[in-house]
Amino acid sequence: MPKKPEHLSDPAGAPAATAAQGLDARLVVDREAFRLDIALRAAPGEVVALLGPNGAGKTTALRALAGLAPLTAGHLRLDGADLRRTPPESRPVGVVFQDYLLFPHLTALDNVAFGPRCRGAGKAEARAQAAEWLDRMGLAEHAGAKPRRLSGGQAQRVAVARALATHPRLLLLDEPLAALDARTRLEVRAQLRRHLAAFEAVAVLVTHDPLDAMVLADRLVVVEGGRIVQEGSPSEIARHPRTEYIAQLVGLNLYRGQAEGHTVRLAAGPAVSTTEDLSGPVFVAFPPGAVTLYRERPTGTSARNLWHCEVAGLESHGDQIRVELTGELALAADLTTVAAAELDLHPGAPVWAAVKAAQTHAYPA
Amino acid sequence: MTGPQAPAAGRETYRKPRAPGRGVPLALLVPALLGLAFLLVPLLALLLRAPWRDLPGQLTSPAVWEALRLSLFCATTATALSMVVGVPLAWLLARTEFPGRGLVRALVTLPLVLPPVVGGVALLLALGRNGVVGQWLDAWFGVTLPFTTTGVVLAETFVAMPFLVISVEGTLRAADPRYEEAATTLGASRFTAFRRVTLPLIAPGIAAGAVLAWARALGEFGATITFAGNFPGRTQTMPLAVYLALQNDPAAAIALSLVLLAVSIAVLAGLRDRWMRTA
Amino acid sequence: MTRFPRRTRRTRRIAGAGAAAAVLALSACSSSGSESSSSPEASGQDLTGTVTVFAAASLKESFTTLGERFEKEHPGTRVTFNFGGSDSLAAGINNGAPADVFAAASAKTMKLVTDEGHAAGSPGTFVRNRLEIATVPGNPHGIDALEDLTASGLKVVLCDRTVPCGAAARTALEAGGVSLTPASYEQDVKSALTKVQLKEADAAVVYRTDVKAAGDKVEGVEFPEAAEAVNDYPIARLENAPNPSAAKAFVALVKSAEGQKVLGEAGFLEP
Repeated sequence: MPKKPEHLSDPAGAPAATAAQGLDARLVVDREAFRLDIALRAAPGEVVALLGPNGAGKTTALRALAGLAPLTAGHLRLDGADLRRTPPESRPVGVVFQDYLLFPHLTALDNVAFGPRCRGAGKAEARAQAAEWLDRMGLAEHAGAKPRRLSGGQAQRVAVARALATHPRLLLLDEPLAALDARTRLEVRAQLRRHLAAFEAVAVLVTHDPLDAMVLADRLVVVEGGRIVQEGSPSEIARHPRTEYIAQLVGLNLYRGQAEGHTVRLAAGPAVSTTEDLSGPVFVAFPPGAVTLYRERPTGTSARNLWHCEVAGLESHGDQIRVELTGELALAADLTTVAAAELDLHPGAPVWAAVKAAQTHAYPA
Repeated sequence: MTGPQAPAAGRETYRKPRAPGRGVPLALLVPALLGLAFLLVPLLALLLRAPWRDLPGQLTSPAVWEALRLSLFCATTATALSMVVGVPLAWLLARTEFPGRGLVRALVTLPLVLPPVVGGVALLLALGRNGVVGQWLDAWFGVTLPFTTTGVVLAETFVAMPFLVISVEGTLRAADPRYEEAATTLGASRFTAFRRVTLPLIAPGIAAGAVLAWARALGEFGATITFAGNFPGRTQTMPLAVYLALQNDPAAAIALSLVLLAVSIAVLAGLRDRWMRTA
Repeated sequence: MTRFPRRTRRTRRIAGAGAAAAVLALSACSSSGSESSSSPEASGQDLTGTVTVFAAASLKESFTTLGERFEKEHPGTRVTFNFGGSDSLAAGINNGAPADVFAAASAKTMKLVTDEGHAAGSPGTFVRNRLEIATVPGNPHGIDALEDLTASGLKVVLCDRTVPCGAAARTALEAGGVSLTPASYEQDVKSALTKVQLKEADAAVVYRTDVKAAGDKVEGVEFPEAAEAVNDYPIARLENAPNPSAAKAFVALVKSAEGQKVLGEAGFLEP
């Protein structure tokens, strides 16, 4: 079962960062435990996610970009300017920390106004700018609240506003959704995606949650043990993981599309029936284990999602077989070895893939 | 949820303590009560034995108010001076690394264990007219420190500052340094980050240290009398006045003691909220 | 303050032999005074233990010498001293401090103790003391009279008026018609002297005996008004003395010719 080779950096997925614009960095940081050595390039407007297990060096990379950790070697250029020797207060870099670090003694408004004030704005002017940002975040009525009075989601938005208020040329987000409970995370993820989409400069976010990475980022950079192990668009990485970690991580088929009621028309073409009633841009996801394969078009199945596919590849995945399918819809399916054998699957074999609507998960993008 | 924060917000976080005896083991309660009694009985004795009838006469004496005014002025000035130099010193000890830091910390706390009179003698040898530094002060600026109110302030600062430094250093260590990091990413220089983020965060620790320092300065006797001498209105603070009065006019001494006690209680009670919040 | 006697058993034997000799010596040296030191009762008693003497600060050097003599003459005894301002010593005694003997620098401070009934018998003057100005060696400010102390810029320290030395200084200043504002009122005469020794103060009004005791560390300047304010030093045994027999013996020593010699050499005047 041959694997398709994957280029380390996919030209189609990584728009070139020219010398004059965007981020161009080679971050080398020597730690006792390991050595971080990654190259990052991003164009303005791009959102890059650093994805990897704990201890992989993602946070170190982020701190190096912010100027909070010194570079042992390498370079760091942002919009053409060499920032390697610049202290963090002089870098046009904004940081959203994992636990937000909102100043407890200042109101939300003053927190957001802090950056502009440090950069020279007067008190009233800074507050006016801050009020605007909070309004954009939908938090106008919480402007006078101290951080301890804010909910997790509200605090997160204040933290983002605070970082954006300084008009940074590089926005760094360290596990931006990790501190939130599952329910809030959904909402906040969607909002964050909107803000990042509107953000004109480079954004780099660090996460260990693949869903965050896939939803928020244009490009994923997977880091393990201080090195980049895979780079590319979320869908490519999801379909062709190069390490066990990524494979385990992306145990999902994920698609973007337009929803009309219970039907989602995917960008790729086919339609997916979901249990959620939505409209507008959405994501649809289902795990490979939810896919049932048939050699013949099934008649008795209750699954409303049925696609005609062709087996592209097979590989061992834990104690199951992962079947990669192309055709009407590209997806991955997990089968037991027995089932795979019974179906007589081989590359090129035509199959029908069915997924129950109940096992899909659609949500607003 | 709108509107500015009410200043009484701190009270929300202050929970009432449980009534004693409920769930408190006897083995802890008895020594605790003994300790409390030990502290309270002398104060009660002072109140019980006070010459209440003679008190008005004693209290109208100008010497009493002179000594009190001087004591309050010197203690407050000494505390202010301690804050101005003590907070940066605490920051240096808590946030920077330099060779010999442990030794410096030990030296800073030395006045705590030094008998005050020894401190007074040391101050004389350093800042007296013939002192190591004092002789240059005298030669170049014509400034002599012993026998002056400034001398009292310096003696009190010497014994009180360590309290402030230790309290603030402890608070700084407990405070999250990442707030300062966050401030720098927003464009604050290290000093601006200290001024606008760290200081407000450690303010309770500074306040607690200042209260301790003030109380210590107010009660200082040995270093004051050795270094600054004793002159009414200029260097005769309340403790000195009480000591000297005790020799020949115990009633006056008790009156002075009561005044000092009342002032101290008033100040500590007034700062009680802040005190409690740090605890 | 009080210490337990050492080598009690051995001491008793030596003391028994020495007691007789001591009595003979004491009776030979006894001088006139309100108290008889060669009382027949003493010859049969062992003088042991600690004698606690509260004495004015100005008596420090001479009494320490006498204490050593006493210990030599009565082996097994130990004399401990508490030197300080007579007023604070009196207050201590009145508050129950354990002492055998009190030697004050003025009748007034002794009266504080006798008024409370803490003295055994009536006190007797054993020496007198005269004031003298102490200045830094070389007398750079050229002080030779009481008025010179009022020169501007001069740092002068006095004893607090509650202390005998301070009261005497006040009397002398009034007698000389000099109004002096000192830099500090010290709590006992030795503190005042120390300020001059440390050169923190330019001059201090202390006793002649203190000037003598300080040797070449200070220079003394006599002044005529001192004659108006000579202090009588009374000494008394105390009512609740822990060691009354030894107390009696010590007082006797102080009043004896030997004691007077030591005190005279220190600069004290005869009573």
